[in-house]
Amino acid sequence: MFGLPMLSTILWLPTIGAILILLISGLNKDAQKAAASARIIALITTFVTFLISVKLVMDFDHTSAAMQFKESIPWYGNINYALGVDGISVLFVLLTTFLMPLCVIASWKSVEKRVVEYFVAFLVLETVMLGVFSATDMVFFYVLFEAGLIPMYLIIGIWGGKNRFYAAYKFFLYTLLGSLFMLIAVAYMVLKAGTSDILALQAFHFTKDAQIYLWLAFFASFAVKMPMWPVHTWLPDAHVEAPTAGSVILAGILLKMGGYGFIRFSLPMFPLASLHFQPLIFTMSVIAVIYTSLVAFRQTDIKKLIAYSSVAHMGFVTLGIFAFNGAGLQGAMFQMLSHGFIASALFLCVGVIYDRMHTREIASYGGLVNRMPIYAAVFMLFTLGNVGLPGTSGFVGEVLTMQGTFLQSRIFAIFAASGVILSAAYMLTLYRKTVFGPLVNPKLADIQDMDLREFLVFLPLIIGTVLLGFKPQLILDFTNVSVMHLVDNLQTMMK
Amino acid sequence: MSIENISKQLPFIIPEITLVFGAMVAVLIGAFAGKKSYRAVNYFAILVLLAAGFASVKHSIETPTLLFNGSLVIDNFGSFAKFIISAVSAGALLLSIDYLEDRNIQKPEYPVLTLLAVVGMFVMVSAHDLLAIYMGVELQSLALYVLAAYARDSQKSSEAGLKYFVLGALSSGILLYGASLIYGFTGTINFQKIASLSANANVGVIFGMVFVMSGIAFKMSAAPFHMWTPDVYEGSPTPSTAFFATAPKMAATILLARFCFEAFGPAIAKWQQIVSIMAILSMFIGAFFALQQTNIKRLLAYSSIANMGYALVAIAAGPVFGPSALLMFVSIYALSGVGMFAVVLSLRSEDGRKIESIPSLAGISRKHPMIAIAFTMFLFSVMGIPPLAGFWGKFEVIKSVWNGSHLYLAIALILASVVSAFYYLRIIKTVWFDEPKMEFAGGLAATSISVKGTAILFALLMPFIGLLYTATLVAGNMFK
Repeated sequence: MFGLPMLSTILWLPTIGAILILLISGLNKDAQKAAASARIIALITTFVTFLISVKLVMDFDHTSAAMQFKESIPWYGNINYALGVDGISVLFVLLTTFLMPLCVIASWKSVEKRVVEYFVAFLVLETVMLGVFSATDMVFFYVLFEAGLIPMYLIIGIWGGKNRFYAAYKFFLYTLLGSLFMLIAVAYMVLKAGTSDILALQAFHFTKDAQIYLWLAFFASFAVKMPMWPVHTWLPDAHVEAPTAGSVILAGILLKMGGYGFIRFSLPMFPLASLHFQPLIFTMSVIAVIYTSLVAFRQTDIKKLIAYSSVAHMGFVTLGIFAFNGAGLQGAMFQMLSHGFIASALFLCVGVIYDRMHTREIASYGGLVNRMPIYAAVFMLFTLGNVGLPGTSGFVGEVLTMQGTFLQSRIFAIFAASGVILSAAYMLTLYRKTVFGPLVNPKLADIQDMDLREFLVFLPLIIGTVLLGFKPQLILDFTNVSVMHLVDNLQTMMK
Repeated sequence: MSIENISKQLPFIIPEITLVFGAMVAVLIGAFAGKKSYRAVNYFAILVLLAAGFASVKHSIETPTLLFNGSLVIDNFGSFAKFIISAVSAGALLLSIDYLEDRNIQKPEYPVLTLLAVVGMFVMVSAHDLLAIYMGVELQSLALYVLAAYARDSQKSSEAGLKYFVLGALSSGILLYGASLIYGFTGTINFQKIASLSANANVGVIFGMVFVMSGIAFKMSAAPFHMWTPDVYEGSPTPSTAFFATAPKMAATILLARFCFEAFGPAIAKWQQIVSIMAILSMFIGAFFALQQTNIKRLLAYSSIANMGYALVAIAAGPVFGPSALLMFVSIYALSGVGMFAVVLSLRSEDGRKIESIPSLAGISRKHPMIAIAFTMFLFSVMGIPPLAGFWGKFEVIKSVWNGSHLYLAIALILASVVSAFYYLRIIKTVWFDEPKMEFAGGLAATSISVKGTAILFALLMPFIGLLYTATLVAGNMFK
């Protein structure tokens, strides 16, 4: 790209956009005009970033498991500013850049106060998230992994709902405690191996005892991020209070950092410990799938329900990752990406009615289909996607992860499968209560259907969900070589 | 290496000589020109500080050089500390200029006293025998007592000065008593000679060591010798507090490190547990007591106690791994401390009242976004969130602890960090999330460009401070 390193361009473009927004708003005294220009700049930068990352994915050679588009600059001590993508990370980069323009459009009207700061925080957050997925230096990864707390704390705290302070604190302190344990492990590994390069660390053999402690430290961080039962309690609060676009980013991208971390660090660096803790992870995942599904069933707040359903779906991801076989890992990758589409779309669906009614209580809706037929259809599609109906992307991920789990342990697979039924129960109940039935609430009488701007936000997500449901190879081809490479390494290391 | 010829020794202490002469010239200007020379003397003193700072790092010294019969040592470890001390002192002095003028207590003595305190700190970081320790500590402390009581008309300031003086004198006495014990039992005051005897030191020497360490710990306000800190911080004029919280802390930690590493290097098992206990106490007392504070200066006092705890962790890591982490951590702490006080100083309500309580910061992000961003960066930095400077300081400390294999200290450090994160987050919440209070709505006026500029300048340093790493690595290798 014009002689510029491609990954760095993708990484820093949003930050440049943020600086531009700050400069323009500094020059522009009129708050209205500054807000308008902030929206437009944010949309342009995120869209251009998306286009460049599409080019990145097209140039990506998916027949190789090696890191591609590598860049490395010495930064600090023996730590490098090192970037690169392989089959595991490249699609997360694309997912991030894909969701960002949608978030910008979704916040076009719903964010009214402090518009400039809002978009600056969002663009900085995009840089941070892209960095997490493309860093090939562990310390650099850690820096970005934790730096994401700053903009997210501000987004929840400034633009969130009524109880936003509590949610922001909880989100920040939970994740901080988790990541600080990881920091101790990172310091140890850097000292022991003498390098912070991820590939070199993957080749380094830690003793089994060391692996167990390191695995636990990383687990503390990734399990909170993921989030796994029982450290998931920050997520429903954060989701409920965050603005719509904040929820989309949380569910669509930030949660994937945990799973990505497991695949990138825990599995290849501590294979013996991962095997050792497999029963623990399986148990926690199955509890997450069943217990949080039941909890979701009892929710009265739409966003909270979807948040709990996210925790349940992440349970499938951890099952797949720790199945140590091709099907499981492929399924986990697919499930994460598909959840990125479906959960984001569901939060956007909530956003659409929240912008009109300013309530998320299930009880205050009902009969929406009478006034909002397009909305009802879109919501239906994603509800079914979340349930895992064949033909949507949700199905493929669940089937693959369960297949992987089945090869490892039948009993866990059977329990996990019951979660699918439960998810149908709570999702369809939610849909019935909000969309079907008579229009009882008088305030709903003149509610408007989705306008073109809102529909445009959903269109790419609809296409993505259906397309991936019918043609999962689009993703699996990309991840296949890298995942198989990882599985082979694991098998040899465990012998 | 030790030099006997006095004329050859002088070039090594050019920084100290610069400061002393600078102080004398400043006194003369002040004495003859009076109050109207206030600004000129201040600018002159800032220049002197910067000159002394650059003079101390101009030459990197390969081997430590002993001067004046081994009472001072000049090495990279100390020189780097001197550079940072003069930089933060210059920053703190810059902050004082407008503040003192506003309160009509502008006198040329203020910069002179600052210069003298810095001379004391230079002696502290270079001290290589017990007398030099006492000389440095006293010169520094006497100047600081006056700075604490500088606002004579204010009851609180006088109280702070008196409290600081009485307790400081007590701690100096303890230090001196410890020194006399060590001398009595070993027959020497020189660090090298003490070190050669300390491997199998008897109980008298150990008692002396503990007393001297307690005296120094008082100066760096490490728990359990921290009681004076919140009161003195609150009562003193804010620029003095900015100075107390940064430069003397750096000097005292470096002094403690030198005393432990050089005088009692072979007795590491003896002092290591004391330092570890002080570290854990300071971290947790600093973290938990700060939770209840509503006054920013008191809160920053507890925050500095907690930070001294982290610095003690680096000392506990021992002479091989500790020094560079210590330098890195304390330098970052001192630099961001000045910046944080610059933010506090840059705000006041329009009727001239100073802003000291946290709730009155509500909504400053609306009116002064740059100040708010700078403040937020400092707070996230002391919290230790990457990519800001404070993170690298903590990362180095954790690394040093791993090398010295004291895992429990690392775990205590992160637990204390999470607790402290809570109250830093509360300030950020007030600054960004809360609606401006009626009485302050539009009533917050930013003060002069110099204060605002200092805040923003130091904030801009935050993401780039990783560059310090190489310097501290070189400077910290002295004890290997």
